[in-house]
Amino acid sequence: MARVTVASQMCRPFMGTVTEVEIDASNVRALIRELDRRYPGLGNQVEESMAVAIDGVICQDTYLEPINPDSEVCLIPKIAGG
Amino acid sequence: MNYLGKDVELKVVGTRPIRPDGVEKVIGRAAFGADFRVAGMIHGKVLRSPHAHARIKSIDTSKAEALKGVRAVITANDLPNIPSEEAFVGEGPANFRDMSLNTIARDKVLYDGHAVAAVAATSPSIAEEALRLIDVEYEVLPNVIDVEEAMKPDAPILHDDLFTQGVDPKPTKASNIAKRMEFKLGDSASAFSKADVIVERKYKTAPVHQAYIEPHACVVSYGADGQAQIWCSSQGQFMVRAYCAKLLGMDIADIRVFPLEIGGGFGGKTLVYLEPLALALSRKSGKPVKMTMSREEVFRGSGPTSGGAINVKIGATKNGRIVAAECEVMLQAGAFPGSPIGPALMTPFAMYDLSDVTIWGYDVVSNRPKVAAYRAPGAPVSTFATESAVDELAKQLDMDPLELRLINAAKDGTKAVYGPTLKDIGFVETLEAAKSSSHWNSPLGDAAPGKRRGRGMASGFWFNIGGESSGATYVNEDGTITVVSGNPDIGGSRASMGMMAAEVLGMDVKDVRTVVGDTTSVGFSFLTGGSRVTFATGMAVTQSAEMVRDELCKRAALLWEIPAEAVEWKDGKAYPAGENAGKFDPLTIADIAGKSARTGGPITGKASINAQGAGPGYATHICDLEVDEETGHTTVLRYTAIQDVGKAIHPSYVEGQLQGGAVQGIGWALNEEYVYTKDGRLDNAGFLDYRIPVASDLPMIETILVEVPNPRHPFGVKGVGEPPIVPPMAAVANAMENATGVRMSSLPMSPPRVRAALDASEG
Amino acid sequence: MAKTHVTATINGEETEFLCDGQQTMLDVLRDEMGLTGSKEGCGSGDCGACSILVDGRLVCSCLMFGAEAEGTDIMTIEGMADGDKLHPLQQKFLEHAALQCGFCTPGVLVASKALLDKNPNPTEEEARYWLAGNLCRCTGYDKIIEAVMDAAAEMRGE
Repeated sequence: MARVTVASQMCRPFMGTVTEVEIDASNVRALIRELDRRYPGLGNQVEESMAVAIDGVICQDTYLEPINPDSEVCLIPKIAGG
Repeated sequence: MNYLGKDVELKVVGTRPIRPDGVEKVIGRAAFGADFRVAGMIHGKVLRSPHAHARIKSIDTSKAEALKGVRAVITANDLPNIPSEEAFVGEGPANFRDMSLNTIARDKVLYDGHAVAAVAATSPSIAEEALRLIDVEYEVLPNVIDVEEAMKPDAPILHDDLFTQGVDPKPTKASNIAKRMEFKLGDSASAFSKADVIVERKYKTAPVHQAYIEPHACVVSYGADGQAQIWCSSQGQFMVRAYCAKLLGMDIADIRVFPLEIGGGFGGKTLVYLEPLALALSRKSGKPVKMTMSREEVFRGSGPTSGGAINVKIGATKNGRIVAAECEVMLQAGAFPGSPIGPALMTPFAMYDLSDVTIWGYDVVSNRPKVAAYRAPGAPVSTFATESAVDELAKQLDMDPLELRLINAAKDGTKAVYGPTLKDIGFVETLEAAKSSSHWNSPLGDAAPGKRRGRGMASGFWFNIGGESSGATYVNEDGTITVVSGNPDIGGSRASMGMMAAEVLGMDVKDVRTVVGDTTSVGFSFLTGGSRVTFATGMAVTQSAEMVRDELCKRAALLWEIPAEAVEWKDGKAYPAGENAGKFDPLTIADIAGKSARTGGPITGKASINAQGAGPGYATHICDLEVDEETGHTTVLRYTAIQDVGKAIHPSYVEGQLQGGAVQGIGWALNEEYVYTKDGRLDNAGFLDYRIPVASDLPMIETILVEVPNPRHPFGVKGVGEPPIVPPMAAVANAMENATGVRMSSLPMSPPRVRAALDASEG
Repeated sequence: MAKTHVTATINGEETEFLCDGQQTMLDVLRDEMGLTGSKEGCGSGDCGACSILVDGRLVCSCLMFGAEAEGTDIMTIEGMADGDKLHPLQQKFLEHAALQCGFCTPGVLVASKALLDKNPNPTEEEARYWLAGNLCRCTGYDKIIEAVMDAAAEMRGE
């Protein structure tokens, strides 16, 4: 089970005070689906406004990035730049 | 595949060839935004608000329309009224309704310079005359310019429907605070009890403009069939296409955008300003319309970056371990929500291995132009504060500031305050490089009488991004190569694209031509920004060149009638792989290209990807300066920029990014600011009064490129454009403190401010 | 509006043009002659992107009326190379990567030529002060100064 953490309060409307969950997902798509199942609405929030850092590598707008059972997954705001 | 191993011999990557677009640019032939013209075009101009905040009661365009030579006059009513819709654009989350209202005001003007109407006429002077004939009746409203003023409960409210997000309970009263955001690691409040020393201070930075030398410009032709062509300079031809389609209610397929050369952007050209207006004018007049901004319009009407107010508190033990940190960032968004508050909070402590941190902030609207991205958006503002505070901590602990940073430095395995565990980072390497640099080890030298000298250093972080990118490699009939990139080349990326393709194909880079494609000649690419092009588009180009290389081997195999696996590619030629493959003379690309019709047709590689894993960038800068006690004027004497760049494809252009970013930061530190009158009008909308650094202000900018390769890129590239603007403000402020004993906590450290601070310190 | 007839030598060629009273030399070059190498960055003489030489003197063409060109000898960036052969400054700017976006480059090159015409052996400080009227936002000036110093050395035969 991958450990999913949220450092910001961006997910609070969906997760309340929960900031860490264990999720069984093999890629970002499965992760989003499972997050949305547990916290309705969170899937869309993650998909539209957030990036997913998997083992320290920031991934944005991608379903296919693999997640390992022992991966560290962090939900963070999406990043752009100048 | 990747080319990272020690046994991989790189022949092109890492060298310094002349850029493919260079000659055109030194002979004055390269076509930038305002250089382009089409037959029959007319000229558009924008009427801008003279008020910081006013309700538009009426607009009468009849006199302007009656003027001889005027072909079209538009107001917001000529564009669709777009409903509120959140989207991720430019430097962060935004809203297409706001983008539309920023392009042309509908009911209210929200800043001095806000577009209100536009005219197209047969000459620029007639268009200007027509602007004077438009009657706009305003009801002037109270305005608010300063970020902290805008946050006060009794401040004039810009948007009646703006309620602060991210607070509990959900507010019922409209506010200028669009959003509150917070990141938390551990428990900072109780961790301060472990600290022997605590520094706490408030900082302020002024909003600054990207100040690219080329003003915004475009030519737009809207045809009777509803199809439009746009020629413009921007940071993304696909960005212009998407935004124009959205703002005009057009189909994306009906717009074709041709990227012209871009005369600097730094984030400021990641949005549209003129293009939607030119489209509406062209549609209304039936003529191609050219529009260019004056410099004054660039300052008043296009996005600067956010200024901010920052409160920092940091505590450390006697031996220099930082045990707790807190930071509050109030960031200006300009007239519409969308300051880079997220990155402003995520970056300033990313250099350090900390266990108890809380950082929170606010996205705040006020009566200023809507901010646009500017190099590492958000990070320079908050990092100025935290890196100044770290310096102050070093002083109180009587420690070398570089040693203090080394003790606390983030390494692989450090958990960042915003969540992830960092990996493949080269921050310590930048500190070690600083420590052993000639600059750090040279004496500061004695100040002349009446002057004071000091040295300071600071560090900074930027994530870098990847994203959607397309690249193509074409083998021409004669065996030469054309590479097409989906990204406008803003600082030499055509050179790096061509070099990566040449490396893969084993060719001389001179035989590879790289061009930037229009929106129909290459696959979609996200804009040029976020330090992503050499990383992400470079990855796409590399893959497309690999496809070509593999196909060339296949074609050679066909010609030799041997299996494809029995062909190997070396130094631009196909060879039989070993004795068993048979004996054949090597085939050049030209040989294979000459037979391509017979072996299956044109040889082409195309890659469209969504690149992930842009390696994070860390920078450490050292600054020596001298302050004139009498005038408060500061001279930068020596400056060194050190950065982990992953791998420098073309080291000269990488150094150029470091030098340019550092100097923009020096300008931010010492001179640049928006000055407003009491009634909210911008008072320094020109290069005479908004003074960016000039050649005589500066020394040579020394650079040290640290290369900790990014394993996610075939050549190890990390983004390089943004990290260099993060450390300079604190590096200069820390040197200033070292020189004068005075901690300057407000930017810019302009001569009058320095003079006043020296006076205050002398009591 | 009555137009003024002007005769001037532009990049070595005797040229005639008509301009109205308010047209700047920069407008004439860009709009009437199609010489768009001179750029408008500010229109107020602050950025130097429109630099040209008028009788050998460095001028911001946005601050000069077209009508003032009568009888003068003007060089723009388009006249700096000798046919296909780049001026040493142009060559050195390429070799030193002294341009990023390239927008300020024509003005900087023209100004640098004016410097070396006047002072073939400038110090770094002299070069920096001479070029202080040419804004560049991309490079931090480092590689521009390197290129100018290197071109000067080469032109001196060093």
